[in-house]
Amino acid sequence: MARTRAATTTPERLRGQSGNTENETTQASPVAHRKPGEARPNQPPMFGGLSGSRRNVLDLDDFSKEEIEHILQSADGMNEVLSRDVRKTPTLRGKTILTLFFENSTRTRVSFEQAGKVLGADVINVSASASSVSKGESLLNTVRTLEAMKIDVLVMRHPHSGAPYYVASKIDAAVVNAGDGTHAHPTQSLLDLYTMRRHLGDIAGKKVTIIGDLHFSRVARSDVWGLRKMGAEVTVCGPPTLLPYGLRPGTEQADSAAFTGINVVDRVEEALEGADVVMALRIQQERQDSGNLPDLREYSKLYGINADRLALASPGALLMHPGPMNEGIEISSEVAHGAQAVIEEQVSNGVAIRMAVLYMLCARSRGGE
Amino acid sequence: MVNKPIVIIGGRVIDPAQGIDRLADVLLKDGVVEAVTDAPGTAPDGYEVIDATGMVVAPGFIDIHTHLREPGLEHKETIATGTRAAAAGGFTTICAMPNTEPNQDNASTVEFVLRTGREQGVVRVTAIGAVTLERAGKQLVEMAELADAGVIGFSDDGNPVADPNIMRQALTYSQITGLPIINHCEEPSIAGAGLMQMGVIASHLGLTGVPSEAETVMVERDIALAELTGGRLHIAHLSTRRAVEAVRRSKERGLRVTAEATPHHVSITDAWVYGLGGATPNDGALSTVAYDTNTKVNPPLRTNDDVDAVVEGLADGTIDMIATDHAPHAATDKECTYQEAAHGISNIETAFGSCMVPVHAGALSLEGLIERMTAAPARFLGPTAGGKGLGSLKPGLPADVVVLDPTSEWAVDPSAFFSKGKNTPLAGTTLKGRVMITLYAGAIVHEADVTVE
Repeated sequence: MARTRAATTTPERLRGQSGNTENETTQASPVAHRKPGEARPNQPPMFGGLSGSRRNVLDLDDFSKEEIEHILQSADGMNEVLSRDVRKTPTLRGKTILTLFFENSTRTRVSFEQAGKVLGADVINVSASASSVSKGESLLNTVRTLEAMKIDVLVMRHPHSGAPYYVASKIDAAVVNAGDGTHAHPTQSLLDLYTMRRHLGDIAGKKVTIIGDLHFSRVARSDVWGLRKMGAEVTVCGPPTLLPYGLRPGTEQADSAAFTGINVVDRVEEALEGADVVMALRIQQERQDSGNLPDLREYSKLYGINADRLALASPGALLMHPGPMNEGIEISSEVAHGAQAVIEEQVSNGVAIRMAVLYMLCARSRGGE
Repeated sequence: MVNKPIVIIGGRVIDPAQGIDRLADVLLKDGVVEAVTDAPGTAPDGYEVIDATGMVVAPGFIDIHTHLREPGLEHKETIATGTRAAAAGGFTTICAMPNTEPNQDNASTVEFVLRTGREQGVVRVTAIGAVTLERAGKQLVEMAELADAGVIGFSDDGNPVADPNIMRQALTYSQITGLPIINHCEEPSIAGAGLMQMGVIASHLGLTGVPSEAETVMVERDIALAELTGGRLHIAHLSTRRAVEAVRRSKERGLRVTAEATPHHVSITDAWVYGLGGATPNDGALSTVAYDTNTKVNPPLRTNDDVDAVVEGLADGTIDMIATDHAPHAATDKECTYQEAAHGISNIETAFGSCMVPVHAGALSLEGLIERMTAAPARFLGPTAGGKGLGSLKPGLPADVVVLDPTSEWAVDPSAFFSKGKNTPLAGTTLKGRVMITLYAGAIVHEADVTVE
């Protein structure tokens, strides 16, 4: 179902952007029929700026605005590659990317896999259920064993917050966090920023409203970092039981860089007023079971995004969702597939963003040779 | 005892049990204290001389909360290694916690621990029995039999006694032994799956938080039950401001409540989970040193305000004593994600240095600290261990003595620990305050290695 819709809606949107995209593409094309790392006359920012010192992508908290800008520009070039008939470049030929997922995921893993393959890398997928992890091997031994087989980039998802930080401290390969516990999901945030930028231009000063479970949402956590770095005005709204401690009513306003500069609004109607971007977060059944919520029905009534509520935002505001959606709960089907939704575009932009990230990290590892 | 008599000369002798704080010599003979003399520097003939000029001489420390891991978990620690580590930390008496395998919920395991302590221990080993079988919180242990076997109290440490009725019965029944119920106060339904102190740092790291109230609620509950039953309650590792206040009020009402605090809860905070020695990362950007599993401990490292409250409680006597909660683990127990990591810090060798942090900050006196590590835990033990009592330099008491340099700075190097547990967040940090010499029963059992300086 999603695919069909994507086929009908996405090209229009991309076309709507084509003027810009082409311009940037001529500068930022990663399509290199040349040796990796070889200089060329009009070196675009992505090559000039990204082969620097970044070793891992664990969250956006340690990115500068410029670095995020570079990745977003690079993704424009990657999107150009993806729009070709033959979606393949040899840029990362000879590089090995391992996706190691300790949690079930389809979209994120496939997105990384496609990103690596389009760039010509070898991509090996390992899921925890099929690995020695289920035989009681420790995480450290698992990653060391896999690294001994020579990998350049480890793309990792793990149910425990901080797991990729631990792994990154132990291995030489670059580590990309594809989601760790309730902590971070930086490539999702980059693709959100990219999607916003394609529609809104400069993100600085735009009002972005995030609705839902901010406490457990690693997507929202990384988005909040990325949006603030880019100068957006961030407003959050959700049940008090699902706000991070530093934003929760009745707790002291946090003296922490992680939580400063965020507007917390109690009523969803107020939070949506004048928003340029509305992001609905996935609400999980387990929040009801753990006592964070009475039930999903009341959540939907208080925080669900429907046409009436979306109308409170700026005309033409973007509606986003990190997926997978619970239609009819945090988002109504009507708006989820309506004209303002860019949810499927988020998915396709995810491939371009992950290409840019993988490219950046491999460029760094080349630089080290 | 075949040891040559020893005289420790020239030091500042601090013996809070006798109210001594002056320059004096300490004479040890036949395994007991012979005298504390007022003639500094005059060594009698035939005595081995230890020159403690510029140092502090005090009774050996007593730790009523030590995890020795034997039997069953010898890959983490043994009674031999744990007592050697204790000697390095200045402790001459330690109390083995019952969460061994098998548990110390039966007399034969307790007897094994005490016998192994006598045979292999470098310092004195006493034991704490479980409150309930398997520390499962359901059925009381045979308290009278364990008391006969030599336990000095009962605790399901690691597991709180969650069921209020079982706690009530334990506080009532234990009175036939005169021994305390030592509770790990944390209400499990509030603590939930928490991994560290609830707050902005836990939120930032995406780690589930334990609210301080998990401790407060159970401390208040236990105080109420102590009042109901007249039982003797000891609260292990008190760590939050509200719980300190609750204990203070209970003492004002004259209840039989005592409490301890750990070296880490008086010196470091939840910010240490960032892995930056207590600093907060610039602009909040985490690095790969974050999620330091060596900071995972139960109760968790608390806030600055809690640390202040615990130190205040120690200073005013609300908290009776320091107890280490020394919790050695094998490397693999900490080489993992934060969520997977075992709880606990191997700290018996760093305890004095950590406890000197509030002393150097002016929040606690050195004499006060030494009282909390000697006279207070000795009162808690009563005559149970050693018959005549411990924790003082009174003539005739065991010659357990520690020579301290309160201002010596040293870098913590876990690879040099005697403990098998190298799990400490203090690795590479500098502590000010050092145990120079430890004597147990009149013999030197530890001397600081100062050859590198």
